[in-house]
Amino acid sequence: MTTSPDLAAPPDSGGLPNLRPSSPRYGEKIIFGILAGSAVISVATTVAIVLSLIMPSLDFFRDVSIVEFLTGTEWSAGFQDAQYGVLALLSGTIQVVFYSLLVSIPVGLGVAIYLNEYAPDWVRRAVTPVLEILAGVPTVAIGLWALYALTPIVADLLPFLEWGTYSIGVAGLAVGLMSVPIVSSVSQDALRAVPDSLRQGAFALGSTKREVSIKIAVPAAFSGIVASIILAASRAVGETMIVLMAGGGRPQFTFDPTEPVLAMTSFIGQTATGDIAAGTTTYDTIFAVGLLLFTITLILNMLAIRMVRRFREVYE
Amino acid sequence: MSDPTRRAAGPAVVPPRLDTVPQADSQRVSPVEGETVFDLRDVDVHYGSFRAVKDVGFTVVKNEITALIGPSGCGKSTLLRSLNRMNDLIPGARVGGLVSYHGKNIYDADVDPVEVRRRIGMVFQKPNPFPKSIFDNVAFGPKVHGASRTERESIVEDSLKKAALWEEVKDDLRKSALTLSGGQQQRLCIARTIAMQPDVVLMDEPCSALDPIATARIEELMVDLAKQFTIVIVTHNMQQAARVSDRTAFFSTEVNETSDIRTGVLVEFDDTQRIFSNPSDERTENYVTGRFG
Ligand SMILES: Nc1ncnc2c1ncn2[C@@H]1O[C@H](COP(=O)(O)OP(=O)(O)O)[C@@H](O)[C@H]1O
Ligand SMILES: [Mg+2]
Repeated sequence: MTTSPDLAAPPDSGGLPNLRPSSPRYGEKIIFGILAGSAVISVATTVAIVLSLIMPSLDFFRDVSIVEFLTGTEWSAGFQDAQYGVLALLSGTIQVVFYSLLVSIPVGLGVAIYLNEYAPDWVRRAVTPVLEILAGVPTVAIGLWALYALTPIVADLLPFLEWGTYSIGVAGLAVGLMSVPIVSSVSQDALRAVPDSLRQGAFALGSTKREVSIKIAVPAAFSGIVASIILAASRAVGETMIVLMAGGGRPQFTFDPTEPVLAMTSFIGQTATGDIAAGTTTYDTIFAVGLLLFTITLILNMLAIRMVRRFREVYE
Repeated sequence: MSDPTRRAAGPAVVPPRLDTVPQADSQRVSPVEGETVFDLRDVDVHYGSFRAVKDVGFTVVKNEITALIGPSGCGKSTLLRSLNRMNDLIPGARVGGLVSYHGKNIYDADVDPVEVRRRIGMVFQKPNPFPKSIFDNVAFGPKVHGASRTERESIVEDSLKKAALWEEVKDDLRKSALTLSGGQQQRLCIARTIAMQPDVVLMDEPCSALDPIATARIEELMVDLAKQFTIVIVTHNMQQAARVSDRTAFFSTEVNETSDIRTGVLVEFDDTQRIFSNPSDERTENYVTGRFG
């Protein structure tokens, strides 16, 4: 007999079962690495952007007082005796937000209520992709359209006001049309989350379709609808191309929709693409305005996230 | 949803006219005394091409509780929804035959479903309070139909008392209805329905989501409410039907041998006492004694 008793023994010592991994499982490690890497990249990018805004902004606020920056209404960056009253730019931004919401709230909400509460399935299926296409149109194309098509239309519709080639009102209107899909899709999600049993309950009390939509579905979806509006506002604050192309380039503190007004984003877009020397106050200005813009949109987005979370909590 | 909720001009549902109420003529049905509220003849309900219920005929008498019982899927909810045109809200649902309400077919072209539902309220299986305050839940119907603030206040109090909920909630009418327990929510839904001062209250398994104590309270409430309203209740609980109802309709399903399609049919309609003690159909007897379903 040549058979050694060793062969019958378990491969590991001590007679314990072998519970070690059967293979090194490199795949798991690679996937984990890629996913963790992606998370690190996105966080690092955010931090890098914030830091790159803060550093030159600190330089800026060594030259210009923060009070003057936030309360001044004259803006003449890059000129002799430059004034840095950001309210001149903020008035443009606020107008863009205001006029855009004037359009996107009623139209977006109307679309959402119609599609979710009234429209038959086939209409919903036909309209939803159209809204997605609208959401995907490059803003430079919308800017062109606003400048050459929308301005004359607005001038025809409101002939008692004096419309020039560029106006902050038309820019706001175009941004509003662009934001309709934001309002409608987030509001529609919120309306869809309202349980049908609530609508049934209201119908069983002898309510009409309109009463069910307006008195039950919309209030129940309210925080989601508010979130959609905040998101649209935040989008309007940050919109650059349309405002730059159709809104005009004059930094002035005004609330007249027919005036050309330089908004915060237009200032950054315009100035950063011109030639300016790094380290000059004008150079630092871009970052200070950028930081303010970032802060405003951050606050708006945090509000929106909080509202969305609230309407999720109610029904889950 | 294709609900023509536009309000029709003029009186959509005619007031009761006793002389025109057709007498129940099906041989299965015992003669009915008292004022007839509903008279159903040859009622069929389709979902698209699927016939869920066929040839149903029975009568509902004023201030009585009529129970619809039978195994799951035999079309009880479907039939109940056809009594106040809630089926209109389901795409593809069609109701055929005659659903006569005080002598008027509620599926006639000149009938407005909104008017029908104002008179014929409904309480659902799962309590569905609106995410509003207790007060606003009960005041919702009256408000929609134009009651003033002071009217609403008295309607809310009155309805909550009738629904046996007043004592528990009178101090926090402003609290969200969603903070109430399941049984309280269901009583709130009943209060919300009776705040409309309806003629009929339809209830689809109103206790199936509730514990036995809450169930007992609702049963007590139903018997009490029948003094003022006419009640039609769907229940899977035979003891409940036996305890609270005056008349019982027993439904079952017929299976088409070639296509295997199940259709709900009315097997027997009679006084509740007869249905449970001395049914005339063997299928009813098997069901109520627990040998089937
Ligand atoms: N909305 C609907 N669409 C299509 N079929 C339905 C719908 N509701 C119910 N049905 C069908 O109709 C039949 C009866 O259902 P239902 O009335 O709910 O029965 P029950 O209440 O007695 O359990 C079942 O076969 C069910 O699948
Ligand atoms: Mg049912």
